Amino acid sequence: MEKQKFKTTITSKHKLFDLHLKETFKYRDLIWLFVKRDFTALYKQTILGPLWAVIQPVLTTFVFSFIFGSLAGLKTADIPEAITFNFHVPSFLFYMTGTMLFTYFSTNVNKVSKIFIENRGTMGKVYYPRLVQPISASLSNLIPFIINFVLFVIVWAVFLITGTTSMQVTWWLLFIPLVVLELIVLSIGLGMIISAVTTKYRDLQMLVGFGLQLWQYAAPVAYGLTLISLSPTWGDRLMLYTCINPLTPIVTTFRYAMFGFGYFNWIPYVVSWGVSIFLFFIGLMLFSKTEKNFMDTI
Amino acid sequence: MKTDELMLKVENVSKIYKLGEIGGTTLRDELQRLWAKLRKKEDPTKKIGAKNYNKGEKFKALDNISFEVKKGERIGIIGHNGAGKSTLLKLISRVTGPTEGQIHLNGRVASMLEVGTGFHPELTGRENVYMNGAILGMTKKEIDAKMEDIIEFSEVRQFIDTPVKRYSSGMYVKLAFSVAAHLDSEIMIMDEVLAVGDIQFQQKCINKMKSVSEQEDKTILYVSHNMNTIRELCDKVIVLDHGKLIFMGDVEQGISIYSLKDHILRDQIELNQQRNNVYSLSDIFRFKKIKLFPNSKQSSNMKDSLCFIMDYSSSEQLSDVFFRIVVYFANGPTVGMTCTNKSTIIRKTDNGHLKFNVDLSCLASGVYTLKIYAYGLNSQNVTGYFDVIDENIVFVEIGKEEINDVTWNHARWGHVKFNELHVNEED
Repeated sequence: MEKQKFKTTITSKHKLFDLHLKETFKYRDLIWLFVKRDFTALYKQTILGPLWAVIQPVLTTFVFSFIFGSLAGLKTADIPEAITFNFHVPSFLFYMTGTMLFTYFSTNVNKVSKIFIENRGTMGKVYYPRLVQPISASLSNLIPFIINFVLFVIVWAVFLITGTTSMQVTWWLLFIPLVVLELIVLSIGLGMIISAVTTKYRDLQMLVGFGLQLWQYAAPVAYGLTLISLSPTWGDRLMLYTCINPLTPIVTTFRYAMFGFGYFNWIPYVVSWGVSIFLFFIGLMLFSKTEKNFMDTI
Repeated sequence: MKTDELMLKVENVSKIYKLGEIGGTTLRDELQRLWAKLRKKEDPTKKIGAKNYNKGEKFKALDNISFEVKKGERIGIIGHNGAGKSTLLKLISRVTGPTEGQIHLNGRVASMLEVGTGFHPELTGRENVYMNGAILGMTKKEIDAKMEDIIEFSEVRQFIDTPVKRYSSGMYVKLAFSVAAHLDSEIMIMDEVLAVGDIQFQQKCINKMKSVSEQEDKTILYVSHNMNTIRELCDKVIVLDHGKLIFMGDVEQGISIYSLKDHILRDQIELNQQRNNVYSLSDIFRFKKIKLFPNSKQSSNMKDSLCFIMDYSSSEQLSDVFFRIVVYFANGPTVGMTCTNKSTIIRKTDNGHLKFNVDLSCLASGVYTLKIYAYGLNSQNVTGYFDVIDENIVFVEIGKEEINDVTWNHARWGHVKFNELHVNEED
């Protein structure tokens, strides 16, 4: 009998990166439908609809400006020189950058980490490339981020035009997409690692919400980097502080690009890209390893 | 218009689950378990009263299954609960991976393992058709082209723009089924999907599946406990039992094997003491229990001979007892008979044991049933039965070397395989 060629073969063997990228591309319509579904389902039967995407970070920003800016009197600056030369950035914009970036980061890590658990109903019945899920989750989380960003840019432009600020428009603005890309890569990577591990151990799921809350204070989200560099105990260890948390260079670089001055150093920036890519590949590997048999352990 | 093109080839597939520790554990439990093991204490996380499984004890949900499906075939998969039907479908639809073996597919697989998979309650029927189609692997363009057909077939046109959370469960099924039925997939997998719809819709679905399979040469794998739908839709069945494939072939034969599954000679069968046969002379002698001989393989795939222990009771000593075994093919036609030539002496006992050794080397591989007779002859050589087991004891004759890789064709060759044919050139 002549041997017949088969299109698909399912085996028990496993390659390190079994990504089905080609197949995932074929399912691009599904990615868009998931994004659309998430968006419509989230705001169905709400009065304000997508406005909620704005309300949360704006309120957080106001609270931050009030508590950390007005009450605690923290300077909205990433470098001491900004204080010395009295560079002025509206505190609303300053805190908005942090909350905006961090909101995306935390919602995305959260969403991606729950992929297997929340979709086991569907995934337990039908096969589709599982990679579709983290991609669509990250994209649908990008929608509120973009809405926020647009709001931010409007306020930013108003301040620039009225000239009540020391902000400058520089070529660094072109850096923004790269910063956002890193944010996406980092959050997907971390989310995928957690999603893979939580199929067996639910403990990590508890840790995620709590850990993300704490992480916010480890990055200069609610304060400027000057809080560290001018601190008597941590001032000397600024490099360690910026290198150890990949989120820190993302936030400070974003501010640097938007405001035209602030903190930027290649070393922590490159380190943070390195960490992001490393976590991303670890995440991919664990994800592709888990997706095959997770139905048996979940 | 059947071609010989293979659509699905399952090769030596096994799926093994570890007992006792399937999922749901937390890191804490795992550490506790490890700690307890180090101190040689009992597992503290184990459920009270749970059977103490040895570490690493495994459960074979599927045990070395191999079969092939050709293009356009409609295969019914039957077996009792826990036989591995759903596991098999899950492996084929790539929801979970096999532990051993390979599955080759030729074409897209559309699985309808459950109704309305991926339906989101907040979305309208139309939106969900797009969602569901995309999950099953269609592109938006393909769905657009078939949208009208899908809505028409689903009978829910009136509600197509209403969120499906307002649907009745029947409407849910109808919509979900019609999406899957209009899929451009080459292989369709259905697991009891039709159970929810009303009879008319069930009939409509079966007709649709049938016509789709005949016109577009789609291959269908259908799991059901409803033998009528199996009869109607399928042209072949696979019978699974405890993870093993015990039969593949003719629908009626398969169904009769499935209905006999309770009596498959595995470990032992407790015989029903209520005999309603007309043969019995008296209550003196009774077969009680049939037990597979420990040395034979547990799974009753014996190579050449079937060996079992028969427990009996006898209220008198009997000196002239003969035994006869009649073998049937899958509860169907009689294949043959074998009997003792010399009489056996039966002691007076409550619990005696007789060892039976049946030479079956001439049987082709397949599923057989047997009946066992104990009889005596009187002075006029007239047979009188002491006891007859009229329940069908099923045994499976598999694992024999196939001749030149050809599966035995019972319909054409009968059930007896004679000894090897020798052909030599005569000088």
